[in-house]
Amino acid sequence: MNTEIEEKLDSQKYLEMDLLRFTTAGSVDDGKSTLIGRLLYDSKAIFEDQMDAIEEVSNRKGKGYVDLSLLTDGLRAEREQGITIDVAYRYFATPKRKFIISDTPGHIQYTRNMVTGASTANLAIILVDARKGVIEQTCRHSFIASLLQIKHVVVCINKMDLVDFKQEVFDKIQQDYKDFASKLSIPDIRFIPISALLGDNVVDRSENMSWYEGSTLLHTLENVNISSDQNFVDARFPVQYVIRPQSDEFHDFRGYAGRVEGGVFKPGDEVIALPSGFNAKIKTIETIDGQLDEAFPPMSVTITLDREIDISRGDMLVKPNNQPQNSQDVELMICWLNEKKLVPNGKYVIRHTTKEARCIVKEVRYKMNINTLHRVEDDTTIGLNDIGRILIRTTAPLFYDSYTKNRFTGSVILIDEFTNETVGAGMII
Amino acid sequence: MASYNLTHLKQLEAEAIFIMREVAAQFEKPVLLFSGGKDSIVMVRLAQKAFAPAKIPFPLMHIDTGHNFVEALEFRDDMVKKIGANLIVRYVQDSIDQGRAQDEKGPNPSRNGLQTITLLDALEEFKFDAAFGGGRRDEEKARAKERFFSHRDEFGQWDPKNQRPELWNLFNGRKNPGEHFRVFPLSNWTEMDVWQYIASEKMEIPNLYFTHKREVVVRDGALLAKSDFITLLNGEKYEERIVRFRTVGDMTCTGAVESTADNLDDIIQEVASARQTERGTRADDKRSEAAMEDRKKQGYF
Repeated sequence: MNTEIEEKLDSQKYLEMDLLRFTTAGSVDDGKSTLIGRLLYDSKAIFEDQMDAIEEVSNRKGKGYVDLSLLTDGLRAEREQGITIDVAYRYFATPKRKFIISDTPGHIQYTRNMVTGASTANLAIILVDARKGVIEQTCRHSFIASLLQIKHVVVCINKMDLVDFKQEVFDKIQQDYKDFASKLSIPDIRFIPISALLGDNVVDRSENMSWYEGSTLLHTLENVNISSDQNFVDARFPVQYVIRPQSDEFHDFRGYAGRVEGGVFKPGDEVIALPSGFNAKIKTIETIDGQLDEAFPPMSVTITLDREIDISRGDMLVKPNNQPQNSQDVELMICWLNEKKLVPNGKYVIRHTTKEARCIVKEVRYKMNINTLHRVEDDTTIGLNDIGRILIRTTAPLFYDSYTKNRFTGSVILIDEFTNETVGAGMII
Repeated sequence: MASYNLTHLKQLEAEAIFIMREVAAQFEKPVLLFSGGKDSIVMVRLAQKAFAPAKIPFPLMHIDTGHNFVEALEFRDDMVKKIGANLIVRYVQDSIDQGRAQDEKGPNPSRNGLQTITLLDALEEFKFDAAFGGGRRDEEKARAKERFFSHRDEFGQWDPKNQRPELWNLFNGRKNPGEHFRVFPLSNWTEMDVWQYIASEKMEIPNLYFTHKREVVVRDGALLAKSDFITLLNGEKYEERIVRFRTVGDMTCTGAVESTADNLDDIIQEVASARQTERGTRADDKRSEAAMEDRKKQGYF
């Protein structure tokens, strides 16, 4: 076959590719950087000049191998200290899919960073060292994946080369993990025995583990079905911005711009605006390229209504027969992101969909021990990287769904009123 | 159930539009930094989409180093006229004349670093509190850690070790007086995505991106275009080559690549088989391993 033709990228196919966002969790020694480096390298997402640069640095530092972690550790301080400080985003594509990796550090500030990376991920890769099996950290990472409602988890049992590619090792770890994960809510868990260093079962099938009949990691990432992960049932449209051209041509145009965060909207649909409670029908769904027959998540569109009602940023369009919860008292699982501890009875700015309000922390119910999944009720200080359950009261009612029902209408951030920093990430119960 | 799938380009587009609207809603005086390069052309297209049928509710601003390709400037002016946008231009040369900046010495002095001074002055002059940039995380490793909403202190500086976490669709643009944000709606795009988008939207781009004959000098492996800003060194001479540009920046530091690609499909094929990053043609990044991080900390784009 003519390889030139074979290699020629089918541009039409590229336009039909979908997108998978995944996060990777593992500790310093689990081989996470090596795994990412291999995915990037084998999918040709690493370029010659990048490879040359890290080869040169690896040699200069006297390493006997090309240190692929230098690719992901982008900041000077990270390279100097040999650690990853912050979530790094990496990109690669195969003819089937485009991938966004949020690569989160395994050790310091692990919770804060993993929660951040997980908040937008469809899938999590959890690395387990075949020699060590399921350890505390595996549980921690899995709990966070479950809490953040990542629907697909791929447990990569790495360094199989160091346990002679033995099936018993793989089977034991798989069973241990399943026993533990029964306490979590992750609907789709897969296990793959790999060697990131040698490449076994990463992109190419392993010749050393003929007993493994499942897919390689890349094949799994390319084929996992994520189309039903979004909520297409409960119609939610938080209004982001009101478009009023005030030009002669569009004198009376009044459009509500936003992103569909749930369900499907069509022209003619009866909608209700919250908090006002006024009804209207959708007249058109506008884009610059023409009107649409329907809008669904995560599209950014502009909706016009058949009558003028008072709607502004922070309001929400929903269907009259399917409304979100509406309350000023909200229970949250909170992950604390800041060195300044959560202040009981403290006041914070809260951001939920496109709405901003203020809130007071009424009560800390408990703190989670995220290694054992036990609730700690006698120590309720919530500091950096802690996860706990709290009750807040907001200055204005929120229109929300539980986080398990909808990630985007069920999540909030808390902001320090004085430093303006984002200090807490909350998932509504 | 019907299939509700969005292609990756449509998802990236929706994300960028969301970010732009968020900025228009959260900030008082945003501005879009525009260079005439492909990324900023895509940005303008997305801004049109975000606010249609209204006009883009913020001005465009170009920080002119004086070392631009003529073609890029012509394209810029044409485009601005066509879409009826408001363009502000501020010149590095003015900063130099005012004694606020000083040209580098050497055979290809770069004004790349000097742009920061002019940019920060211009942000302050107009009291802009958010500046859109076309930066992408795939361009360079310091950019890989950049947020969509990137906070800058009153000196315009970036503190990469103390960035605000960004979760879900919730972007925190709160700030104190005098501080501002840089906002990067194309954060999740790759070079390939940008080209595919330009092709699928049938957008116009400057001719520099397509193949043409040009006199160039080969220096440190890069093909630099003939211009008044470059001094030939001993033994160097200009020669005619068939080239195009993968990025369009300053003439002194943007290298051409030899190519016969005269349409978008060919360019896309070239990008797909390229073994060098696009910034591999940029001399400004080759200065040190942390060149980009250092410039960004001081307030670079």
